[in-house]
Amino acid sequence: MRSLAVPLLAALAAPAMAQTADPHAGHHMSGMDMPSPAPQPPKAEAPKDHAMPGMDMSQPAASSDGTEPSGTDQAPGSAEAPTVVHDSPASRYWDPAAMAASTAAEMHPPRPAYSKLLFDLAEHQFREGRDGYRWEGEFWTGDLNRFVIKSEGEGTSGKGIDEAEVQALYARALDPWWNVQIGLRQDIRPRPARTWATLSIEGRAPYQFEVQAAAFLSDKGQLAGRVEAAYGQRITQRLILQPRVEFDLSAQDMPDQRIGAGLSTAELGLRLRFEVRREFAPYVGVNWTWDVGKTADYARADGKDTSERSVVAGIRFWF
Amino acid sequence: MTLPDLSRRRILQGAGIGAGALMLQPWLPAWAQPVSAGLSTLSGEDIHLRVGRDTLDIDGKPARAVSINGTVPAPLLRLKQGEKLRLTVENTLDEETSLHWHGLLVPFQMDGVPGVSFPGIKPHSSFTYEFAIEQAGTYWYHSHSGLQELMGQYGPIVIDPAGAESAPYDRDHVVLLSDHSFVHPERILRNLKLEPGYYNRQRQALAGLLAGKDQKLPDRVAWGKMRMDPTDISDVTGEVLTYLVNGHGPKTNWTALFAPGERVRLRFINAAAMTVFNVRIPGLTMQVVSADGQDVRPVPVDEFQFSPGETFDVIVTPGEDKAFTIVGESVDRSNLAVATLAPRPGMRAAVPPLRERPVPTMKDMGMEMEGMSMRDGANAPQVKLGPGVEMINPMPIDRTGEPGIGLDAKYVGPDHKVLVYKDLVALDANPDVRAAERELEVHLTGAMDRYMWSMDGKTMSEAHEPIPMRAGERVRVTLINDTMMAHPIHLHGHLFELVTGHGSRSPRKHTVNVLPGGKVSWDVTAIGGDWAFHCHLFLHMAMGMMRIVQVRPVPEASA
Repeated sequence: MRSLAVPLLAALAAPAMAQTADPHAGHHMSGMDMPSPAPQPPKAEAPKDHAMPGMDMSQPAASSDGTEPSGTDQAPGSAEAPTVVHDSPASRYWDPAAMAASTAAEMHPPRPAYSKLLFDLAEHQFREGRDGYRWEGEFWTGDLNRFVIKSEGEGTSGKGIDEAEVQALYARALDPWWNVQIGLRQDIRPRPARTWATLSIEGRAPYQFEVQAAAFLSDKGQLAGRVEAAYGQRITQRLILQPRVEFDLSAQDMPDQRIGAGLSTAELGLRLRFEVRREFAPYVGVNWTWDVGKTADYARADGKDTSERSVVAGIRFWF
Repeated sequence: MTLPDLSRRRILQGAGIGAGALMLQPWLPAWAQPVSAGLSTLSGEDIHLRVGRDTLDIDGKPARAVSINGTVPAPLLRLKQGEKLRLTVENTLDEETSLHWHGLLVPFQMDGVPGVSFPGIKPHSSFTYEFAIEQAGTYWYHSHSGLQELMGQYGPIVIDPAGAESAPYDRDHVVLLSDHSFVHPERILRNLKLEPGYYNRQRQALAGLLAGKDQKLPDRVAWGKMRMDPTDISDVTGEVLTYLVNGHGPKTNWTALFAPGERVRLRFINAAAMTVFNVRIPGLTMQVVSADGQDVRPVPVDEFQFSPGETFDVIVTPGEDKAFTIVGESVDRSNLAVATLAPRPGMRAAVPPLRERPVPTMKDMGMEMEGMSMRDGANAPQVKLGPGVEMINPMPIDRTGEPGIGLDAKYVGPDHKVLVYKDLVALDANPDVRAAERELEVHLTGAMDRYMWSMDGKTMSEAHEPIPMRAGERVRVTLINDTMMAHPIHLHGHLFELVTGHGSRSPRKHTVNVLPGGKVSWDVTAIGGDWAFHCHLFLHMAMGMMRIVQVRPVPEASA
């Protein structure tokens, strides 16, 4: 006796039929629609098939020998699905309180939170004049909804920090690739420090570009923007070339910060990193920045170069 | 302490491979010893299992593990059809545990899923499962709590039939394939969340393009446009996993013995948490005689692909007095599980090198034609299109006639027969041959970028509502894969009949692999109870690719 499912199914069908015969019997069936008795599965008609060596293995299944289709060869019907009931049959067997607690744990697990600290740039910049340094990093915690802290800045060796900012953001997933972020940005350098409200979108664009576009509104009513894009080109499994561009924009002249309206600065970087581990990748590269338009005029008036080229060496890391 | 064992192992390895293989490992049951002459194990109707923390020795390196009766894998339960079983499980862990009897038709309250069929086994307490053994065949059991299965809490079940064996054999061996990591599974999950390609070291790169390997430039651009990585075959790979046979790493090379001319039944169980395996024994044809414990008409094959949760029994008849290598290659070709089939201990055959890593095509995304939309909600109105759904398969196709990722003739040659689901024909007529009264579709959804996995775009806790069925009702379920990965979907407590054109002799399974771009249909006769229904890649289940199938009415409790 191999087909033990037959008596099992018959046993299951029996109480279902009893339910239909006596509408008062099934207190746990309230809310279920069972318009007809659960049909008895017909006894399988075909005899046991001992596939002995030498039997004709090419013989098709019972359904395709010209008779009526049977078993799974038959098209499904269009009966209505039953309605969901809210009960706990396991509580009939086990301590209902323990079962309820266990079900709650299974169905409402604690919302997972992950966190990551990433420094995409942490580098020394070899320049024509004094060398400098630069960082760009972020910390986030959460999952689809995240709390994010970002910081970026740069300085000149021996002279201190030239530019530094910190952002505190709430981020929310829009779709599989994009997040929207809102929050505050605090400039620490240059002085006078500014505070900005920020709204940004970041994520992965078609063709695998990492893109970030942010708008900033300062406490003085100034509007500025920043667009960044980067691409990770694997040369081998561990050697990755990252071209990146950044454009800073301003809606108005900001003489205090020596920034002019329109496109203010443009930047192009090319960094080659080696992933010793996923989390730890030393890199070397080159980076160019150009002041543009009115911003370049401010720089010239201050006796500064309007462009800068540096050779960089740093470490990209996360944990 | 493991240290003395380690040093002993090293010395023996220095003395010769054979010596290492001969050494008895006192902490392993006889069937899992490095040389398995035969099977000895837990039998009878009263069985005691103790779950505990342990250290597993993998090729001489200690790994943290959750063991049963001190072993990984857990003891083989060698049972007899018709027995009434009492299994007492003692939990010595500081956390809850559970054991689920994968593929066994048991009353739902004995099915072992915390929060669904019972409240779990609390720390430092015991629980007794009681059920009758309805079936015969090869099955397995594992924890359904947390990430314990990934740490080794799994073991084989072999049930001998009450009557005659339909595929007689002279000798049998359990060949349980699994994956184990020296990195804690929580850490693996975090790495995937923070960087989804963390464990993929076989991505396409410029060097490969210049060398003429993998995709040509236009294909790479097309995939890049979709923000998809075609080499994203497995999310956890041989980078971090060691593939085991009966708990032994490839260096230990577990050996199964045979006498030339014997019919040897190998009971393959995929107990891996995250690995689809390609199984072959170079030099031997395997007769597949059973799938998921259910007898099938013998199918001779050179290789088969199977995913976590599935079992296949094969019969091999090695005539020569020589050794053969049993190869379990991970689907992404990142590493191998290796064992030996030999007439005497200490013999070895060549281990084949890893084959070329396959590159899935547009077909694996359900895209037969250029320009099809890869994320059109109109193609699946029931799916919630959120951040966790990166694609909707625009044209799912039945791929049950295909051998699986990377096993087409293109990769393995035209004369290499690989098992396909359509080859499987049940030996016995199906017990229920009614037409399905209705059908329902379940979309398997995900977003690799965020490492999110779900059904119909919702995780189990988001969806909350179960899938309702009536007891005794016949339902056709169609699983549609809207992701780039294969998903082995398991329904607890049932055997369903695959819709593969075999009518009343449809193969009966408890776990079915749904290929990327593909769909699979099966008919099932619903059995009263609450049943877990999920992807058997454990991290996918943990992330929410799971539902409860609610079948009502449930038979009244019998005292």
